[in-house]
Amino acid sequence: MKICVLVKEVPDAAVEKRMDPNSKRLDRSGEKNLNPFDTHAIEAAMQIREGGAADVDEIVAVTMGPESAFRALHKAVSLGADRSVHLTDEALSGSDVCATGYALAKVLESESPDLVLLGQQSDDGECYTIGAVVADHLKMPSLTQVIKIDVEGNKLRCERQAEYGYDTVEIELPGVISVGDAINEPRYPSLKAIMGAKKKQLDTKAVGDVGIEADRVGAQGSQTEVLGINPPPQKQSGEIIEDEDTNETVEKIVAWLDERKLLA
Amino acid sequence: MSILTYALHYEGEFNKNSLGAVSEGAKLAEELAEELGGEAAAVVVGGEDLTDELCATLGKYGAAKVYRAKGPEGLAQPVVDVMAKVVQDNGFKYALFGGGLLGFEIGAGLTARLGAGVTMEVTSVKAQDGKLVAERPILQDSAIVDVGYVGEPGIIIGRLNAFDIAEGGDGTAEVIDVDVALEDHSTKAVMVQRGEQRGADVNIEDADILVAGGRGLGKPEGFELAEALAEALGGAVAATRAVVDAGWYPYAAQIGQTGKTVAPKLYLAAGISGAIQHKVGMQNSENIVAINKDPNAPIFEFSDLGIVGDLNKILPKLTDAVKAKKG
Ligand SMILES: Cc1cc2nc3c(=O)[nH]c(=O)nc-3n(C[C@H](O)[C@H](O)[C@H](O)COP(=O)(O)OP(=O)(O)OC[C@H]3O[C@@H](n4cnc5c(N)ncnc54)[C@H](O)[C@@H]3O)c2cc1C
Ligand SMILES: Nc1ncnc2c1ncn2[C@@H]1O[C@H](COP(=O)(O)O)[C@@H](O)[C@H]1O
Repeated sequence: MKICVLVKEVPDAAVEKRMDPNSKRLDRSGEKNLNPFDTHAIEAAMQIREGGAADVDEIVAVTMGPESAFRALHKAVSLGADRSVHLTDEALSGSDVCATGYALAKVLESESPDLVLLGQQSDDGECYTIGAVVADHLKMPSLTQVIKIDVEGNKLRCERQAEYGYDTVEIELPGVISVGDAINEPRYPSLKAIMGAKKKQLDTKAVGDVGIEADRVGAQGSQTEVLGINPPPQKQSGEIIEDEDTNETVEKIVAWLDERKLLA
Repeated sequence: MSILTYALHYEGEFNKNSLGAVSEGAKLAEELAEELGGEAAAVVVGGEDLTDELCATLGKYGAAKVYRAKGPEGLAQPVVDVMAKVVQDNGFKYALFGGGLLGFEIGAGLTARLGAGVTMEVTSVKAQDGKLVAERPILQDSAIVDVGYVGEPGIIIGRLNAFDIAEGGDGTAEVIDVDVALEDHSTKAVMVQRGEQRGADVNIEDADILVAGGRGLGKPEGFELAEALAEALGGAVAATRAVVDAGWYPYAAQIGQTGKTVAPKLYLAAGISGAIQHKVGMQNSENIVAINKDPNAPIFEFSDLGIVGDLNKILPKLTDAVKAKKG
């Protein structure tokens, strides 16, 4: 079995994220990191490999992003991927969900994986959608938010929480699965794996290398446009108590609740 | 035809968020009547429980027509096949979804199939110069972007509870059966079991006071602290998805996008970060109190009283103090 894991480079959680008012895009300057949600997808691939129910020949990390995104691939490799593919091209910049999903599907097509794994969301874009977009292009069955995967022959038995409770769904491979963050506890990379990551094969691809039609990607190929950015409606900010003396804190909470007749 | 809304149903009843979306679709179609002709429609996919009577009730929420197709329930890709055909055959300009998991998956699939633009987590839609513009909060609700559509159709996926249900009279909708051959890949996912309720069947919807616990409780036993406080306050205990998925607390107690929506007099959150998917299920509570050790936790952005501190220290003392006060 060959597994491709889609990973993304995102601004570090500690960086305050904001929109660039000129370009109307996310300001992605500052410290960056591998999208934390994607570490669960890599870990899921590793657990399939180590679980023994399937023979995993290869785990390939795939990203689309600016030049700097190779660092997210190094991180992915240090967490267990065998090699990585970096789709990067000026023509891709400003792609919306429709364009990004199409471009990623084209790279994946060139790899012909049996299973594509993704994270539940990107920490910056938070679209929750790339998995289903990619699956439709690849004509593969797909599920998002999966928190348990069991391999049974060429099928996966998956569990996830949906509108009315927990669903168990069987999908036939090849398929596309986005994993929820409750699926596993990602491992920490060893120092040796971190050092070794730079030496593993990393292929850089441009739009033309994987047959992407340039007019379907980038800002030009996108089907949505940001017309404006506005602040949210002003809400009166609440009271904050820093707990120093807990007896005092508790007294304040009780008084606050009592004032609002919540202790009747 | 102008706007096509997906209506999710389960066990013979339409999903509340879908009814909100159908109502919203009808309202928007009316606002764009001059440009689009004004008619709003709904689409349903399922089995025998989608009776003529049930489908026609969508007319009450403003749908003029209901397209009905046979197909498996609870899976997104068959619905993508149906909607792609209905949109293309009838020239719909927009496809609309209420909040929930399937809406995201179907909307995303349709995006790929039709090469269409999509906006998700939409909290409001407005008609502007004959087109629809979707408002989407981003970056933990710190900014709202206005998104417009370049081509057709435009796909709009709402945030949970974003669209109000409006019963516009007693109209019934015309039900039109459509026959759609499913794509090969759409038949390769099979529902084995749907809607399993994990854990005890607790009732949190009728409680005036809820003490909600999250991953910050540290371990399953951490819920004992929340239960003791809830008992002292005369309320019930609720939970986040993180702890429900981890098996610490029953699914029936979960608040949020794939859980329950509540609006009690008091919502006291202990060890909850305040992710959007949790917030959408409780933001209309009258009084929100949060205890979290991280001063930057998003929950403090929408709580009326925030306590920055360790819940292990605070909860036991708070329980005692509440008991003492109530006598
Ligand atoms: C499609 C989708 C649907 C979802 N549906 C839901 C849903 O229905 N409901 C839901 O809740 N979530 C849902 N989620 C998940 C949601 O995004 C969050 O992951 C989840 O709400 C986080 O739960 P939490 O606050 O318990 O955990 P965390 O985010 O891990 O937060 C734990 C908090 O506890 C604090 N803490 C830790 N220790 C202490 C201590 N000793 N004292 C005080 N504070 C402490 C930490 O500072 C932290 O802020 C959904 C996600 C997706 C993508
Ligand atoms: N540019 C990208 N390159 C590779 N994978 C991506 C990219 N954008 C999103 N993904 C994957 O899609 C998942 C969901 O992202 P999103 O739909 O943006 O919330 C992420 O967790 C990644 O696995």
